[in-house]
Amino acid sequence: MANKNNEAFKQPLWVNNPVLVQILGICSALAVTAQLKPAIVMGLSVTVIVAMSNVIISLLRNTIPNRIRIIIQLVVVAALVTIVSEILKAFAYDVSVQLSVYVGLIITNCILMGRLEAFAMQNGPWASFLDGIGNGLGYAAILVVVAFVRELFGSGTLFGFQVIPQACYEAGYLNNGLMIMPPMALILAGCIIWYHRAKNKDLQEN
Amino acid sequence: MATKKFKCKVCGYVHEGDKAPEKCPMCQAPQSEFEEIVEAGAEAAAPAKKVLNTNSNVYTIVYAAVMVIIVAFLLVFVSQTLKERQTANVINDTKQQILSALNLRDQADVASTYSMVIKADALMQANGSLQDYKGEFNTSYKSEFDKGNLHVFVAEIDGQKKYVIPMNGLGLWGTIWGYIALNEDRNTVYGIYFSHSSETPGLGGEIAGTKFQDRFPGKLVVNGRDVALKVVKYGKADKSSKYEVDGVTGATITSTGVNTMINKVLSAYIPFLTAANVGSNY
Repeated sequence: MANKNNEAFKQPLWVNNPVLVQILGICSALAVTAQLKPAIVMGLSVTVIVAMSNVIISLLRNTIPNRIRIIIQLVVVAALVTIVSEILKAFAYDVSVQLSVYVGLIITNCILMGRLEAFAMQNGPWASFLDGIGNGLGYAAILVVVAFVRELFGSGTLFGFQVIPQACYEAGYLNNGLMIMPPMALILAGCIIWYHRAKNKDLQEN
Repeated sequence: MATKKFKCKVCGYVHEGDKAPEKCPMCQAPQSEFEEIVEAGAEAAAPAKKVLNTNSNVYTIVYAAVMVIIVAFLLVFVSQTLKERQTANVINDTKQQILSALNLRDQADVASTYSMVIKADALMQANGSLQDYKGEFNTSYKSEFDKGNLHVFVAEIDGQKKYVIPMNGLGLWGTIWGYIALNEDRNTVYGIYFSHSSETPGLGGEIAGTKFQDRFPGKLVVNGRDVALKVVKYGKADKSSKYEVDGVTGATITSTGVNTMINKVLSAYIPFLTAANVGSNY
């Protein structure tokens, strides 16, 4: 059992990463990765909310009527997201301003519904909690990598601080405008998936 | 009920009886290769009858209703307990934004700086003069603008009078707003502040950055009786012009939104901006 829990946590981090393998949550991965800070805050918020909703659904799983299970999952997620957003507004106003629309976007993140339906409905609370944390962090990791590349080459900054020295700009270096466009996030995610498939041969399709 | 089932691990043959056969009739495997099949269904079926049928219509409806009521109460409770703090945060944030237009960004103690710098929260009258606004501190200047309450904040920095005007408009994805601070001549931009609800980070979102806002100070707002301050496409601003400001690269629609906002809002303030006298107290 301990081993299974371990797997629930570790698998989504790399081998069965929700973004790379299941191609879930791509939409928000494109939207928030132009800069590192929102990407990290988004990654952490998703982690917390997936873990919490996984636990709640896992506790309720034997009582949920089968026919309305998706609605019940959605209600739980929406309630959690609303509460988290209210708490942020009261105690961390700056962060909530930074996140603005993305908090609401968490509700529609496919990773949440995917994990609730595929894992929490069949497993106990502790395993579900680990699965939620693992998937959230797996998602956050991809966001951070993509955001790092995009912010560095798109704006020459990291966390808003200038990283590429002014001397480079004077020597004729230009920020890559394509990097901050959404398509670049897709291209970068594609490159990561390429690397991931090369390392995990059993995932390759013929 | 007494019959148990035994399965041969080698060939899968299932034997029914009290105990496993000595030899598997199919593959001749010894007794030790047999294992008892415990039927999960038989055990689970008994207690399940006591539990409600989770697929019945009544159960489904009751479950949904209870769920909704619990969630509704929870949300009302959270919203009510946090409301006071949230309102305080919003007021604080609005004051910080007004101060940001006056180039007083990231204040540690917003409330005291605000009360020290801002001398009056006034409303523009039809003839362009100002009169004190008698109400609670407002945080929604869009609805105030729509109602015709044209706010002007009178500030004093280093003995110099400044006027701050709240603005609001539409960007690409959602609302944008800002505050513009003018010198005593009511024409030269002293400082400016923009923010947005949902512009793309790194593109339209850059209007909230100082890189864009630093292009405004020193520009002139009014030419004759028209608002002449303009945001143009990046790189298209005439260097010698006192009215043109470069927009944000790759964010044409947001930049146009900023331009429209400035024009729409300040046009309404023309009487104030061009009045010879705005009232002796201001």
